Amino acid sequence: MSGKRQLRILVPVKRVVDYQIKPRVNKALTGIETNGIKFSINPFDDIAVEEAIRIKEKNKNLVESTHAVSIGPTKAQDILRNCLAKGIDTCSLIDSMDKENIEPLAIAKILKVIVEKRGFNLVLMGKQAIDDDCNNTGQMLAGLLNWPQATNAAKVEFLDNGRVQVTREIDDGEEVIEAPLPMVITTDLRLNTPRYVGLPKLMKAKKKPIEKLDIIKDFPGINIEPQLNTISIEEPKTKPPGVKLNSVDELIEKLKEAKVI
Amino acid sequence: ASTLAFIESSKDGSVSRSSLSLLAAAQKLSNPITAVITGSQAGKTAQALKSSFSCNSLEKLIIFEDSKLDTCLPEELTPLLVKLLKGNDYSHFVVSNSSVGKNVLPRVGALLDIQPVCDVTVIKAPKTFVRPIYAGNIISTIECPAEKKILSIRTSSFAPIPEGSTDSVAIEKGTDIPPCDLDVTWVKTIVTKSERPELTSALNVVTGGRALKDKDTFDKLLSPLADVLHAAIGATRASVDNGLCDNSLQIGQTGKVIAPNLYIAVGVSGAVQHLAGMKDSKVIVAINNDPDAPIFNVADYGLQGDLYKIVPELTEKLRN
Repeated sequence: MSGKRQLRILVPVKRVVDYQIKPRVNKALTGIETNGIKFSINPFDDIAVEEAIRIKEKNKNLVESTHAVSIGPTKAQDILRNCLAKGIDTCSLIDSMDKENIEPLAIAKILKVIVEKRGFNLVLMGKQAIDDDCNNTGQMLAGLLNWPQATNAAKVEFLDNGRVQVTREIDDGEEVIEAPLPMVITTDLRLNTPRYVGLPKLMKAKKKPIEKLDIIKDFPGINIEPQLNTISIEEPKTKPPGVKLNSVDELIEKLKEAKVI
Repeated sequence: ASTLAFIESSKDGSVSRSSLSLLAAAQKLSNPITAVITGSQAGKTAQALKSSFSCNSLEKLIIFEDSKLDTCLPEELTPLLVKLLKGNDYSHFVVSNSSVGKNVLPRVGALLDIQPVCDVTVIKAPKTFVRPIYAGNIISTIECPAEKKILSIRTSSFAPIPEGSTDSVAIEKGTDIPPCDLDVTWVKTIVTKSERPELTSALNVVTGGRALKDKDTFDKLLSPLADVLHAAIGATRASVDNGLCDNSLQIGQTGKVIAPNLYIAVGVSGAVQHLAGMKDSKVIVAINNDPDAPIFNVADYGLQGDLYKIVPELTEKLRN
């Protein structure tokens, strides 16, 4: 591995309702209930954080810096502290100033500004956020920057010839692609297993500064008003409870009645 | 108003079931449809579509028969699709939510400054769409007031267009593919080979969970049952992570989303993330020894007991 290349890694992270919580529609039917609900880092972003740290640990002379950024409410600083505790060098919070429903396209535009201003050459981020399930931002950012993209990464390797080889999960198996830096990589489940971070490290990270930016003042010219309107949200209709059967014969009879066999 | 539909090139020139579902969804937009097909098999695919399937709204097929588009790299496809969308006044652009569609659509959207509506499961009106969020735990209805709307379609939610023919459709050869200025190379695709029906379009699916312990047990127990039902085999994230089977079989929030006629869950506990991928199946059967397994809450028919006895018995009785 040549020591000349200097990787400057940006890891965008999102604060979402914890994946173990079953979301409910709020009483006003305007959104989901967030009162008293646990929030966490989007699990796919956590994998991206882990990958950035592993790349740094494995290739000491390759990585110049790792930076995490979150666009969200003030409380998103909790997930950023976690990133610092795990080993990300620096981070910034772009306060969304109570603006809701900031769409992936607007997020991608803000990230583009950050990337260009600060000279990042690798963006590692989750393939999708588990709240809106859009699976958009990485591809959009790559498009806006006119960079190569490698989505759904299951393996990332830095080759001696300066190229990055990514194994991607696709519908019928895996695909391997190669591109030089700069590029955007989005992470899938099997890329790695994120580490846990202990209390001592977390306490230490509390002393580290978090840069604070304002989505309106610091990013003039980027329209963050949504293009799409949510008309309604609802919980899916639940099926009537099923029948518990006592034997295979009964099951076969039922399947015949339902005309599926 | 008119719709542009992106039909993925197939390696053998056949039309994939998901493309047929994509066209069915496009018809619900009530516009004349132009379909664009790319890759060295585009011509053959276009002929197959025209001669074997019936799609009344389909007016034109534009084919770009160029082998450099065979790998469907988003860096190659995006300039072409952006050019088509900029040069014509299509009101809608639709792709399927396959790995290719999901990869390319947001990139196209960003360059057109349009926020796409992703993973559409219902088309209520030409500007009103339903899409699941929070892994299908919440259903949202979205209105898109913009003139140009770009959508990815969850094809498992739309029945394919019927067999027949669409003789009136014109096939036009596309020219001038804009060059890709990025140095991206496709190295290889490792396709998981299977003699079974493709998971996302199979009528019957048998899925194994972590309770199946190891790869050998997984194969020995599920293969015969899948054989008699002509079913595809699926898996949970836990069984993939534990090495019981290949990850292309994973069903769920982060895997494939399917809606077969018959879904048999064997030793599947029923984590929310898994349910997100299969709960729209028409008939769900759960076989599990844990009476409290959440899978029983979504199952139409539950059999509690020893799956090592139940599955072979079921297989044997279905065979006869």
